[in-house]
Amino acid sequence: MKRTNKILLKGNEAVVYGALLAGCECYFGYPITPASEIAHTAARLFPKLGRIFIQAECEIASINMVLGASAAGRRAMTASSGLGISLKQEGVSYIAGSELPAVIIDVMRGGPGLGNIAPEQADYNQIVKGGGHGSYKCIVLAPGSVQEMCDLTVLAFDLADKYRTPVYVLTDGMIGQMMEKLELPEPKGRRPLPEWALNRECPKANCIASIYLDTGDLEKVNIRLNKKYDEIKKNEQRAEEYHMEDAEYAFVAYGISSRMARTAVDELRSEGMKIGLIRPQTLFPFPADALNRAVDRGVKEFFCVEMSNGQMIDDVKLSIECRRPVTLINRMGGNVPSVEEIIQAVKAKLGVK
Amino acid sequence: MADVVKFAKPAGFFDTFVRRPGPIKKNMHYCPGCGHGILHKLIAEAMADFKIKDHTVLIAPVGCAVFAYYYFDCYGVSSPHGRAPAIATAISRTNPDDVVISYQGDGDLASIGFNHILQAANRGENMTVFFVNNAIYGMTGGQMAPTTLPGQVTQTSPWGRSVEETGYPIKVCEMISQFEAPVYVERCALSTVPNIMKARNAVRKAIQNSMNKKGFSLVEFLSGCPVNLKMNAEQMNAFLNEKMTKFFPLGVYKDVADERAPVHHPVPTFDREKVIETLYPQAFDHAVEDNFRYKSPVFQKECKVKISGFGGQGVLSLGHVMAVMGKLRNFNVSWLPSYGPEMRGGTANCSVVFSHKHVGSPQADYNCDLMICMNQPSVDKFLGQLSPKGVLVYDASTISNPPTGPEQTVYGIRASDIAAEMGNQKMANSVILGAVIQMMQECLMNEDEKDDLDRAVEAALNESFASKPELAA
Ligand SMILES: Cc1ncc(C[n+]2csc(CCOP(=O)(O)OP(=O)(O)O)c2C)c(N)n1
Ligand code: SF4
Ligand SMILES: [Mg+2]
Repeated sequence: MKRTNKILLKGNEAVVYGALLAGCECYFGYPITPASEIAHTAARLFPKLGRIFIQAECEIASINMVLGASAAGRRAMTASSGLGISLKQEGVSYIAGSELPAVIIDVMRGGPGLGNIAPEQADYNQIVKGGGHGSYKCIVLAPGSVQEMCDLTVLAFDLADKYRTPVYVLTDGMIGQMMEKLELPEPKGRRPLPEWALNRECPKANCIASIYLDTGDLEKVNIRLNKKYDEIKKNEQRAEEYHMEDAEYAFVAYGISSRMARTAVDELRSEGMKIGLIRPQTLFPFPADALNRAVDRGVKEFFCVEMSNGQMIDDVKLSIECRRPVTLINRMGGNVPSVEEIIQAVKAKLGVK
Repeated sequence: MADVVKFAKPAGFFDTFVRRPGPIKKNMHYCPGCGHGILHKLIAEAMADFKIKDHTVLIAPVGCAVFAYYYFDCYGVSSPHGRAPAIATAISRTNPDDVVISYQGDGDLASIGFNHILQAANRGENMTVFFVNNAIYGMTGGQMAPTTLPGQVTQTSPWGRSVEETGYPIKVCEMISQFEAPVYVERCALSTVPNIMKARNAVRKAIQNSMNKKGFSLVEFLSGCPVNLKMNAEQMNAFLNEKMTKFFPLGVYKDVADERAPVHHPVPTFDREKVIETLYPQAFDHAVEDNFRYKSPVFQKECKVKISGFGGQGVLSLGHVMAVMGKLRNFNVSWLPSYGPEMRGGTANCSVVFSHKHVGSPQADYNCDLMICMNQPSVDKFLGQLSPKGVLVYDASTISNPPTGPEQTVYGIRASDIAAEMGNQKMANSVILGAVIQMMQECLMNEDEKDDLDRAVEAALNESFASKPELAA
């Protein structure tokens, strides 16, 4: 039978395709809307390739299963949404402290509390700033399309291995539920066992832990971890720039709100406004270089489009050291800002009719 | 310097505790008389005798045994408090030929991590659990444990454990043995020599079950914490033998290992052909070259379509077929459904956007080029989002006189009636699709492209229903 790599998938499904093509061996998860299609698709496809799928008893169990499988040297992942991610934070901190690779997908929904299942971006702080206890950070990738749901999942596994650190794919209910055409990447083979793994092919002296009773030892670990995060900041910033070449104004938006902002750029440009979009594809590291380049090239003002109370805007302001005004255009509660709302907000701020 | 060997250390231990930081490399950190120390020796001895050191993974808990991995000459991992069974689950799956030991205390296993142990037992994971019940939180300085005896004084039950307020000691063996999956459950006591000999056998039996892939084994050890219980050795043994065994009777609670077949784990494949066959979709006929583009003016700009109606009318699948058509003809397409409780209210809608450029907003919520309404509420809710020059296609069986603007093009199709006449109410969406295609061919498309659209529809229908049979809504 002839096969094609072009396919129409939901964002949530594309994550699983990306994971399997990246050679992921284990999926551990617990159902939650709007992330459940990831578990459904994993339940269907992982066993077809002899790979491991477990519906765990809760999110705490799933993240600890990821810890176990990763310690055993296997590529492993889990997925959830806001409240489930809150439960995983203990485990993520252990994974960061034990310097294990792991991939975690957060398909954000409305909060706080039980909130609702509509798309939000209000997990930004808990994902990008560390989230659990201790001075650690996770790499955070922010797909803006179904293609990127697949591609950034693949990248997540590679970065997790490269830096031995948990990597989040931070997305939202709308990108998770939406279908787009994508091109599937080439399948990758089995990732060779890392030399630190708990596996009979690796040295028996191997052990994985994050406890250091001696304060001097633990400080050294923290210093080493934070050097690693500096390295990540230097090497791994990613952002897509749209019509930034001559931009006097710029949107900063990631995920689904970047899609609305992109259309707003087209519409405002058709009315003659020189506006562009910086779309962070990494939230940690935050693409400060792209923002600062924009400032240097003459962007006068930024508009941060977010589905939260303004969580990313802090990083925008810090990155450019408040050298330009930054305005928040936001919706909460599971509402996606419409293109029209975004355009109106920009015009209102700039006093344009 | 002559080596003075008084009692040989079991060979399952490291000779020198190299994983232990600091200067002390020969001794364990346990207090004298601690049950953990006794159990460690029994495990280490069995590991050496069964020659499994190079393929055993020990999961150390949070509790006094947090550093268990310092001592055993095997692979070690330190778990968050109570989560060891989840970690053990994963490792028993990734390393199916290894012996996986989850070593846990009573707070760890029967309080914070109780669900994890029950679920791992119920799944019948191939693992061995060694459960140290010392009726106290040892590590944190002697607080009440779920297994603390009624009346027992602890830091958090300073007047004795009150059963009225805190319930009774949790009986783990009694509970776990009720599940179908576990193969072996026994309670022992690390007190007198005969009891310790029984415990030694239990350790061996559990480990052998793991080696033979028989599934889940759990051994509970009533165990002394002389420091927190403020007892000497004699008092400690009396407490274990006389007080604890009253609540926690010793014995075998379940042993069905002989009747069980070994658990089977699949072998993962990474074979390129097999992965592609599994993940890449079938290439349907009627495909076109990658550079194919429709030339008709209607397709030269982004096109936004909104489809809405009752759940069950095929609104989402109609949108999906259109999205597949777009994909097959090299458009960038997005298909965005309403989801969740929105659907439960009985309405469904989706947005489909086609473009030869990057699709921006996938939401068709203003200036829609084509709007398909299958019921009256959809007209009421969405008609305002149709572009002043857009096209409305509606089900004239259920909707009358939608209030459209002067430059909008309107087609009323008696879709539900036609579908009912054809004998299948659910075909209304196909009737609408047929009408849309005909409308495009007659009003919008160049002559030479009309036939191709028919081919694209046929291919899209095949592909859509092959890949998404569940899109009935
Ligand atoms: C999440 C979390 N909560 C609390 C603690 C503190 N803590 C450490 S050990 C322990 C109790 C251990 O008791 P048990 O499992 O009975 O082990 P023992 O020391 O008696 O062998 C607690 C509550 C922790 N480390 N982690
Ligand atoms: S406190 Fe109790 S359980 Fe902990 S090492 Fe000492 S005797 Fe053992
Ligand atoms: Mg205890």
